[in-house]
Amino acid sequence: MAKKIKTNPNAGEIRDGIHYHQHDVVIVGAGGAGMRAAIESAPQASTAVITKLYPTRSHTGAAQGGMAAALANVEEDNNEWHTYDTVKGGDYLVDQDAAEILTREAIDAVLDLENMGLPFNRTPEGKIDQRRFGGHTRDHGKAPVRRACYAADRTGHMILQTLYQNCVKHGVNFFNEFYALDLVMTEVDGVQRVSGVVAYDLSTGDIHVFQGKSVIFATGGFGKIFKTTSNAHTLTGDGVGIIWRKGLPLEDMEFYQFHPTGLAGLGILLTEGARGEGAILRNASGERFMERYAPTIKDLAPRDIVARSMVQEVLDGRGAGPNKDYVFLDCTHLGEDVLENKLPDITEFARTYLGVDPVTEPVPVYPTAHYAMGGIPTNNDAEVLADNDTVVPGLYAAGECACVSVHGANRLGTNSLLDINVFGKRAGNNAVTYAKTAEFIDLPANPAQGVIGMLDELRASDGTENVAAIRKDLQDTMDMNAQVFRTEETLTKATEVIAGLRERYKNVAVHDRGKRFNTDLLEAVELGFLLDLAEVLVACALNRKESRGGHMRDDYPDRDDATYLKHTMAYLAGDPHSSVATDHIRLDWKPVRLGTYEPKARKY
Amino acid sequence: MSDAAVAEAGEVIVEEEAPKSFTVTLNIRRFDPEVDDEPRWVDYDVEMFPTERILDALHRIKWEQDSTLTFRRSCAHGICGSDAMRINGKNRLACKALVKDFDISKPIYVEAIKGLPLEKDLIVDMEPFFDSFREIQPFLQATSKPEKERHQTVEQRARFDDTTKCILCAACTTSCPVFWTDGQYFGPAAIVNAHRFIFDSRDEASQVRLDILNDREGVWRCRTTFNCTDACPRGIQVTKAIAEVKQAMISGVKL
Repeated sequence: MAKKIKTNPNAGEIRDGIHYHQHDVVIVGAGGAGMRAAIESAPQASTAVITKLYPTRSHTGAAQGGMAAALANVEEDNNEWHTYDTVKGGDYLVDQDAAEILTREAIDAVLDLENMGLPFNRTPEGKIDQRRFGGHTRDHGKAPVRRACYAADRTGHMILQTLYQNCVKHGVNFFNEFYALDLVMTEVDGVQRVSGVVAYDLSTGDIHVFQGKSVIFATGGFGKIFKTTSNAHTLTGDGVGIIWRKGLPLEDMEFYQFHPTGLAGLGILLTEGARGEGAILRNASGERFMERYAPTIKDLAPRDIVARSMVQEVLDGRGAGPNKDYVFLDCTHLGEDVLENKLPDITEFARTYLGVDPVTEPVPVYPTAHYAMGGIPTNNDAEVLADNDTVVPGLYAAGECACVSVHGANRLGTNSLLDINVFGKRAGNNAVTYAKTAEFIDLPANPAQGVIGMLDELRASDGTENVAAIRKDLQDTMDMNAQVFRTEETLTKATEVIAGLRERYKNVAVHDRGKRFNTDLLEAVELGFLLDLAEVLVACALNRKESRGGHMRDDYPDRDDATYLKHTMAYLAGDPHSSVATDHIRLDWKPVRLGTYEPKARKY
Repeated sequence: MSDAAVAEAGEVIVEEEAPKSFTVTLNIRRFDPEVDDEPRWVDYDVEMFPTERILDALHRIKWEQDSTLTFRRSCAHGICGSDAMRINGKNRLACKALVKDFDISKPIYVEAIKGLPLEKDLIVDMEPFFDSFREIQPFLQATSKPEKERHQTVEQRARFDDTTKCILCAACTTSCPVFWTDGQYFGPAAIVNAHRFIFDSRDEASQVRLDILNDREGVWRCRTTFNCTDACPRGIQVTKAIAEVKQAMISGVKL
């Protein structure tokens, strides 16, 4: 049988040692958003998906609890309530028309996935089952509502697998373990237009240039700027960093979400779905402290509020453990049946990594860096913005790397699996529509020159600085100074430390000089992106002298709508390699698109 | 947490000692395709805490001793399936293999999974593995056009739950002696993923997949050695799934 023939490694056309490809649509990233886009795009237009990881390795697969949609399968619900919750959950920094799209299209997004084969948990009637989740409420905050569609605590895994399965069905052309390093822009009639993407083939070390009419960035987040994080090692913000280095703006970078329930000391995620099923947070004395912070919905308050409350308990000396530095997630009253059947993976994580059995013992937890609300600004059609209003023709972004903004200052749990499906689909469709009428734009003379220069310089470096040491110092300072509570003093300290690390990075060493699977080189490049994004995040955080959603300034503890009910827009305006943040970061503002919901004090 | 627990009265008992680190020797089978003709074993001593993972040890070597050491990893908690490797002769995910579960008086041997072409150090070519996966048509095939979701009872959903857990890490397939012989066998992971659809009440293409797996490189090559079941980091009853597919070929699919 004609099986196991070595697959064509997608060589393209080779000129001067560089591989050239041409596709109508080029998608960067094969997590949920990238693959959801590919499923729309591939049947309609020539599509290439460039991905640093095999698609099924993407971090969408680590999402656990659910995907929100007001299906009303188990109790009364509607998407207007969902919109309200999303806007209030985002501390009114949400663009309300975008949130309406998100919640309206949520229904079809879930049904699409079911129809594609996703094995959701079922109700006794055979419909998709739904569970409670933080911040999702009935009738504008009256009580928690069952809105999260789920598959045990493996919803992200099932979404990732289902999308990959459907990409196989559609014959999507993946370039696996290709690391995108640059976006190619060409000036046409005074307008910067997208012409392609430059990528590095990890298996060979070769450079590939993908010419595309439209390009979609779906590159995920950058949690690895922090030490304690639920994010994968590979989540280094490469896509967001590429956009930044092109001089395109980044939006709301100061808004970073800390998930309340990471395994203490490790940061491994334990789903909010545990609290959705009834688990309770307790401090060292066993008190259900969320009753004090959110009297109505208690443990099911949004993540920013729960994470802050947990840290406050520890700061006030009510933390548990030998160092009083965590609290407990108590699942013991849920019973073995619920844990084994509805929360099997997190039950195993606690057993494997902490040696704690959630059936009989409370689990030590502490907030863990989880999700970037900010990122590449887009409009509701997933088109990337070059400023507050101007679209970059042919460039799209979706998923965690993008900022629509449907999450505002704090994302609700289950809204990100929703976001990747709704806006991934929109990006795919719109990129195809664009490609159908657009022409290929000529690539500049040497489109890969910048990338080759950067890689050659790193590979030939006889520097003395260690990649891992710089990264560790970055992560330490971010956890120490830019985490759940921030002040002028801590953020200034972080700025200084990052400046020193950016200087050290100029002298970084790469010891592996080889071409094939050079992960030493890869980590050095990734570190460059981490340093850029951490610097931007801290600059934006210093600039916002108020507290809103995930951005808590201890020195400005109140929300200040008069001054700050607006999005931050950060621009690279100077030497990208400079270590002095203020000489190359320019900050501006963009209005929030308000709507039905007037900003009010946020009580739960 | 074993020493500190919330007592019923709500008091916390704290008797925890600071955990002690110790030296672990890892013996890693290394191969640089640009330099080496043959793989070679290299020793590394690493300071480890008992609750740390083999992945932590590999990182410590890469980040502190020898940055040329090459392996795949991503999520680091057993979900993404990147870091399947052969540890003391058994296929494991490095991120789920805890140091305390090994006899550290002896070196811990770490090498790439077997049966797929070795690329560099602990990295193998995964394409043949994914080729087999793609060949069993791993996607729902249903002609009905429901207005909303297709209905499925709780029992129907439970029928194939075990095989939905697969993360395509290849630990099972590359632990199979039949797969090692020539790599032509579809392998356990492909059959697991076929099972996931064959026993899904919504799917209409079970017979197509059964015909594919009735091939001479299909399920009948399984010799039920149970290596795959032992290797699966997700606890899937792989051998049982293969047996159910065999049974379905003989007497039809029973949902």
